[in-house]
Amino acid sequence: MRQTRSKNFGITLFILLLLTPIYWLLNMSFKTNQEILGGLTLWPQNFTLDNYAVIFTDPSWYSGYINSMIYVSINVVITLVVALPAAYAFSRYKFLGDKHLFFWLLSNRMAPPAVFLLPFFQLYSSIGLFDTHIAVALAHCLFNVPLAVWILEGFMSGVPREYDEMAYIDGYSFPKFFVKVFLPMIRSGIGVTAFFAFMFSWVELLLARTLTSVDAQPIGAIMTRTIGASGIDWGVLAAAGSLTIIPGLLVIWFVRNHVAKGFALGRV
Amino acid sequence: MQKVQNNKAWWLVLPVFLLVAFSALIPLMTVVNYSVQDIFGPGQAFFVGTEWFKEVLTDERLQDSLIRQFIFSGAVLLIQIPLGIGVALMMPKSGIKGSLCLILLAIPLLIPWNVVGTIWQIFARGDIGLFGWGINQLGIDYNYTGDTLDAWLTVLLMDVWHWTPLVALLCYSGLRAIPEAFYQAAEIDRASKWAVFRYIQLPRLKSVLIIAVLLRFMDSFMIYIEPFVLTGGGPGSSTTFLSQTLTTMAIGQFDLGRAAAFSLIYFLIVLLISWLFFTAITHADKEK
Repeated sequence: MRQTRSKNFGITLFILLLLTPIYWLLNMSFKTNQEILGGLTLWPQNFTLDNYAVIFTDPSWYSGYINSMIYVSINVVITLVVALPAAYAFSRYKFLGDKHLFFWLLSNRMAPPAVFLLPFFQLYSSIGLFDTHIAVALAHCLFNVPLAVWILEGFMSGVPREYDEMAYIDGYSFPKFFVKVFLPMIRSGIGVTAFFAFMFSWVELLLARTLTSVDAQPIGAIMTRTIGASGIDWGVLAAAGSLTIIPGLLVIWFVRNHVAKGFALGRV
Repeated sequence: MQKVQNNKAWWLVLPVFLLVAFSALIPLMTVVNYSVQDIFGPGQAFFVGTEWFKEVLTDERLQDSLIRQFIFSGAVLLIQIPLGIGVALMMPKSGIKGSLCLILLAIPLLIPWNVVGTIWQIFARGDIGLFGWGINQLGIDYNYTGDTLDAWLTVLLMDVWHWTPLVALLCYSGLRAIPEAFYQAAEIDRASKWAVFRYIQLPRLKSVLIIAVLLRFMDSFMIYIEPFVLTGGGPGSSTTFLSQTLTTMAIGQFDLGRAAAFSLIYFLIVLLISWLFFTAITHADKEK
């Protein structure tokens, strides 16, 4: 019993420490700039929603969130559509160059985005995709697709071959079997993969910022404008930051029961 | 699982191959192309061979940021891996408390990286941040924008805050996969807590720990946005890591040839270390 109590204490302490910086951000987002700069207060003395009002009434502010959501969604869809058949191939078949191909895919997850910055910019400019959502979504496939193949392959290997064979005997064609029988069996794997694709696309800024200028600008890039001639507008900055946490929270809420499995990348 | 030899499987892999080839091979070839030329303007490029590579390898600024990068990645791994295991061991095994811990732990991972930088930029300030103010209040002179050591510690602390949850969640899912019978057997043998950890939990965590170390190494080696927002690479260039040096070179100074050569060397270092690590572990596996 003693053991569990000290464990509970430890984990509670860790989580509290983890949440303190986030609390501080929230706390600041409800303060006026005078109060922020006036002195240290542990909670807002003059509670205000003005900082949030700035963001929700100005299209050039809130369009940043919409842009980010659009390219993240496109990215998740593309990632799943191409990764599902590939993961199936890796989990079921041996084929020419399969091991090398797999390692090559993973090596793209290791490539520092900074390396690809300039060529990406030129590539997407030359095909007329610069400053579109699809450009960012495609660029993010660089690290999301390999990861998705990796996770899905783990989940798919957990499904016995016999199901495939049984479906063929029952007269299912491959596409019908894949969509009607196989995909429902790895539902949680797909959910977890979507979660990871969402997460890495949502948090990335370097590529997203480089590939956009106005029409598809992510919220992260828009946030820099709080730094004006008269110094930093701390309140609005904090409010904008707080709002970026919400989509992530929503997504993790939907997949919470599968997340532990997903973090093992399907392999355990 | 028994796999069947079938080259038709290539048709299933083809979309991924084309997509990744488009977004990885074309840019990579562009980089290779730049790295062997000196470009003055459109149509005015000269083949210079390995000139840029020689220059980059002897550039002191780059060597310095490479050394800083290694120290940083090393420190990150040394702190986050043990801490992450510890946190995973403390987490409730199941139930509502378990999922609550899971969700709360995952929050830092879902925050955009520039916001992570912003959070710490605010949190660690001496005048308006709780952390900086608290440290100063304790009588310790702390200022992350002026003092090199303070800047380093703040960047490190930020990374620990940001990524230890990933290690913890990986280990947690690894721990959940250990059958209850193992613990019961240990109890019958009257194994100590330490023995349970050393001989049951740790060996079983191996596969997730490999993933954790690899991911943490790769990502800490590419860190850019967070320290850039927090310290801007300063004071001086004391927290300027490789990605930032590269970005300044490529975008800021538009020094294409040198940046391209540097990119290739950078990519090769990451690949080489990941590969060495990976083979070392799989090799140790085979010998058993």
